[in-house]
Amino acid sequence: MVSTSFFTALDRIFFLLRDWLVGFLPVALRPAAGVLLGVIAIVAVFPGFFALTTVFERKGLGRMQNRLGPNRVGPFGFFQPVADGIKALTKEDVVPYRSDRIVHFLAPLVLVVTVFLGFAVLPMGRNMVLADMDAGLLFFFAMGAATELSIFMAGWSSHNKYSLLGAMRGIAQMISYEVVLLLSAVSVVMIGGSLSLSKIVEAQNSYSGVFPHWYIFTPWGFAGFVVFAIAATAETNRSPFDLPEGESELVAGYHTEYSGFKFALFFLGEYLAMFSISGLGTTLFLGGWSAPLSFFDFVPSWIWFFGKVMLSIFVFIWMRGTLPRLRQDQLMNFAWKFVLPFTLLNLFVTALWRFLGEGWLRWAVCSAILVAAWALMGRVGMRRKHFGPRSYRYAE
Amino acid sequence: MLGEGILKGMAETAKNFFGSYVSKERLTTVEYPEERVPAAENARAFPFLVYDGPDWQAGLRCVSCQICEKECPPKCILIEKSKDKKPDYVGKPQFYPVRFDIDLSVCMSCQICVEVCPFDAIKMNTEFALATDDRFGGLLFSREKLAKSNEYYHSIHPTEAAEVDARLAEEKAKVEAKAKAAAEAAAAKAAVSASPAEGGN
Ligand code: SF4
Ligand code: SF4
Repeated sequence: MVSTSFFTALDRIFFLLRDWLVGFLPVALRPAAGVLLGVIAIVAVFPGFFALTTVFERKGLGRMQNRLGPNRVGPFGFFQPVADGIKALTKEDVVPYRSDRIVHFLAPLVLVVTVFLGFAVLPMGRNMVLADMDAGLLFFFAMGAATELSIFMAGWSSHNKYSLLGAMRGIAQMISYEVVLLLSAVSVVMIGGSLSLSKIVEAQNSYSGVFPHWYIFTPWGFAGFVVFAIAATAETNRSPFDLPEGESELVAGYHTEYSGFKFALFFLGEYLAMFSISGLGTTLFLGGWSAPLSFFDFVPSWIWFFGKVMLSIFVFIWMRGTLPRLRQDQLMNFAWKFVLPFTLLNLFVTALWRFLGEGWLRWAVCSAILVAAWALMGRVGMRRKHFGPRSYRYAE
Repeated sequence: MLGEGILKGMAETAKNFFGSYVSKERLTTVEYPEERVPAAENARAFPFLVYDGPDWQAGLRCVSCQICEKECPPKCILIEKSKDKKPDYVGKPQFYPVRFDIDLSVCMSCQICVEVCPFDAIKMNTEFALATDDRFGGLLFSREKLAKSNEYYHSIHPTEAAEVDARLAEEKAKVEAKAKAAAEAAAAKAAVSASPAEGGN
């Protein structure tokens, strides 16, 4: 069985690589060096992804708008990120005179560091998780919440009205959607019975026939995934929820006063947050690193994980190319009047699913409740107010 | 149902995304330095001097009357009149400019010089990409740089150039007819004055 062992080796390639590199060191240092290598790999790979994503995003967006997109730097414009990076590095770093210099300096660092910490608990392949915590999900959300801090640090310390407005919008939006994000993940915890992300993937990594037991293929899982995707888009400030940095009204929102490499760090942090939240969505609903059909099991697990993340990124870009930006009140209405009640209902449906037992009944009941709720709440909660022509009392 | 519109929109952008790879009509981008949209016939950027025939120095239509120099609102034309004369398109001896400079950094493309020129010697060019790294000398265009052939004029403003050519040809024909008539009259006179002598022979 040469081929099986070959694929197993491919599946474990990062471990083999690590062990080979660590083998050069004295035994006492090996565990620490192994962890360090894992950290370095994450810190190196995801910014690389970031560079690739920026160019693919710009090209894809262009195509969606029937444009060409960047095509000047290198073949097909693929060296665009290099040019952008050099530009960001060589730009003057302007700090506003009346800003709070220390906080202004720390904000991008806090953002990037907290986002990177989120990656520590994501299982990126079979056994490929840097810190397999029992409460990994909790850790991830804690780190996600910490990014809000950095956004407000940036907005407050810049001493600029646009920054502050952008930061306040960002906080309002992120807190509103954080609730939804957490609650949609709770249904997964209810079924999976664990806060450990590796256990959650393990629970989905089984097959009936050739089809996997991913949570997205259940009524509550599908509803949860849709809500999770909405909340994740809002959490990462991506279009159509990109109000905190709405160019047309706020220049650039909370990073208006950042230039050069600090701006690049914000940009990096934003994309990394997108990757990590896609990774989390993949882990919770799309079966993490497990193969989509049982006979594809031989393909290395990390390929599935990164493939699914890439697919989610494409959907992010696709939405950005399609939807216009929401207004602040629409955003809040949507969060509190539609998404949140729907998520709460989804929790109830999840419990029903759990206690109705196997069989078609739970499929019918759960799907019916969710579809009806979606239609009804969409109709009632999202009803437009018709103000009609304005009437004046005194000025007629 | 909520979200229907979003799905419709996403289908539309997906159609654009894949369509732009297969159908060329979707991509309307003109990649500027390599590709260009030909300038519209009525486009105008900066003036140039028209010459007839192959040699620009001999063929310049400008007779150095300096009307344009005086009329140019920002005063960006500088003309130096010649001491000698050379024949113009009808053969009449005329002055010509030994120096004709236009400072394009000052010119405001108003076309007044074109409108006042009685000799159809100065016209508007459509070339707009004149960027240079020499901000003084690079935009001070002398005779050599301003001179463009009549064929070039035809290529950028065909209708207008045809009108001008017709007008000039008409004038030329008139002058020639006059000259011919004068020559014939002179010949007749000569014949008349010559015949008595013949008869007397
Ligand atoms: S276009 Fe106007 S400004 Fe330019 S040279 Fe002619 S008269 Fe002067
Ligand atoms: S361009 Fe025309 S108006 Fe100007 S000097 Fe020459 S002939 Fe006269």
